Amino acid sequence: MKRLTHPLSIDSLKNSQPAALLLVLIALTILWYLAAFWLNSDLLIKGYERRGMTWDVSRLISDAYSMKRPLLPTPDQIGYELYKSIFETKISSKRSLVYHSGITLSSTLLGFLLGAFLGIVLAIGIVHSRTLERSLMPWVITSQTIPILAIAPMIIVVLGAMNFTGILPKAIISMYLSFFPVTIGMVKGLRAPDTLHMELLATYSASPEQTFRKLRWPSAMPYLFASLKIAIAASLVGAIVGELPTGAQGGLGSRLLSGSYYGQTIQIWSALVVAAILGSVLVALVGYFEKRVNRRMGITG
Amino acid sequence: MKHVTIILAGFVSLLLSLYLVSNYEGVYLQRPLWLTLVPVMLVGAWFSMVQLTILADNVTSKLAERFIGVMVPALFAFVLLVLWQLTVTGFSVPKVLLPAPSTILTTFVTHIDVLSKDFAQTWLKAVLVGWIIGCASGFIVALLIDGSPFLQKGFLPVGNIMSSIPIVGIAPIMVMWFGFDWQSKAAVVVIMTFFPMLVNTLAGLQARDSLHLDVLQTYACKRHQVLWYVQLPAALPFIFNALKVNSTLALIGAIVAEFFGTPIVGMGFRISTEVGRMNMDMVWATILVAALAGSISYGALALLESKLTFWHPSRRSK
Repeated sequence: MKRLTHPLSIDSLKNSQPAALLLVLIALTILWYLAAFWLNSDLLIKGYERRGMTWDVSRLISDAYSMKRPLLPTPDQIGYELYKSIFETKISSKRSLVYHSGITLSSTLLGFLLGAFLGIVLAIGIVHSRTLERSLMPWVITSQTIPILAIAPMIIVVLGAMNFTGILPKAIISMYLSFFPVTIGMVKGLRAPDTLHMELLATYSASPEQTFRKLRWPSAMPYLFASLKIAIAASLVGAIVGELPTGAQGGLGSRLLSGSYYGQTIQIWSALVVAAILGSVLVALVGYFEKRVNRRMGITG
Repeated sequence: MKHVTIILAGFVSLLLSLYLVSNYEGVYLQRPLWLTLVPVMLVGAWFSMVQLTILADNVTSKLAERFIGVMVPALFAFVLLVLWQLTVTGFSVPKVLLPAPSTILTTFVTHIDVLSKDFAQTWLKAVLVGWIIGCASGFIVALLIDGSPFLQKGFLPVGNIMSSIPIVGIAPIMVMWFGFDWQSKAAVVVIMTFFPMLVNTLAGLQARDSLHLDVLQTYACKRHQVLWYVQLPAALPFIFNALKVNSTLALIGAIVAEFFGTPIVGMGFRISTEVGRMNMDMVWATILVAALAGSISYGALALLESKLTFWHPSRRSK
């Protein structure tokens, strides 16, 4: 017999996802504050001694949590900076994180679309031709063991020197990162149909094009969305790393770099937080489309 | 017979193109007619790949099949390299924009001492140390969390979110904390490799067969025995997946971190300074080193995986 539990008893709390997540998040926040104190106090104590000031623990604590350029800013400092740069500055201003996110977002999305398209085209080719499978597939896999992301900034500098600027070079890097999961997922997906179904279509003497449209493509949908989620996250990483050397042109990556040049740790962290939020929102968006497509295809859950 | 002629024509046009280009730089600019050799070459190469594929599918000896299996992609890459070489020298593309493969190879051979020092600094120190610490800690944390469903529920969403955000961004912060030498790069690598390992190991430990668990229960096995005999073997494919993904991530992390500050040695440093001096052949030679290091470590891990998980259903079906 199933034991009945009160909605708020310890047992139900133990099994609830939000409670577990909340606990982990609280623990991480506490750890963060402790680490901020530990990292920042060293610097402060040195500063006090240099100026020959007397100090006590309470002063040290309050200073450690309100430094202008801390080694590790506290979450509330980052939150304030986020609030200031998102809501209190005009969107067109260079200080607004919305402005920079917009730049990053545009090259992320362009790169993602290009990458998804290339990935699907490659997968279709690989599924339909044994020769392409044998010759191309090993290189698709090898392409990802090459740390292209690490040389991405340099590619952009060189392309920039050739007057080839704007969002396209960044989008190309995003494309390179995001085509791979789509290709791998779609090759699996386009091969997912049952042998029975394939044979049925063969008895109808369906052309490869008809088989593709009516059987292969629909049955590849779950694989497509699973890989699109990975691809869009990778695309964002590509866009941000691609922005590292383009300091003047804006974007979250340029905020990271300028923050690191001028020791503005709070700026770095707030750009990182925005990048994290952007990444989760993009993945969630793909998830939303997945649900809609699934519902139309009659797949629930 | 028809195919043989096409393949032969392609081969001859390939040799002729290479000969032309190596003797007269910018030949396509002056005599565009020679460009007609290129499509012939491509068609020939395609047909030879088709023939090789058919051969590979019909050959009985395992060794021969494997040999042809390597030949086809090798041919594909070779044709791409030749195309690259022909484009760069045939149209005399400036070296700053794109050096020819032959130039890159020469630079690689002549500057091998500089490149090997960079490799030692970046790969042997930052990447290897960071990769080992990151993977080991991710593995250990996953083992600790695995016992408690409550902690799992708390950590899995955090781990999943962390894998969808650009962790490379913490590189400047790590350089600030740990200084310019390889320790800061190793720190970036540790953080980048930790979460994929954690999430994958957790998923792997959950992938055990409940039937196997029941058997061990009837044997009155202890928790560590269940872990050793059922859970860890079942998790091996997942763990290797993370190890392979991490081997590439680690190299990326270390090189990107070197852009934010480094002593005067290291692959990231080499790339950024040689770009500044417009020495693109040296940059590409460093990229070649990175590509070799990435592919070889990935390949070695894949080999180890196939040695350790040959019994797994996902491998036996092949």
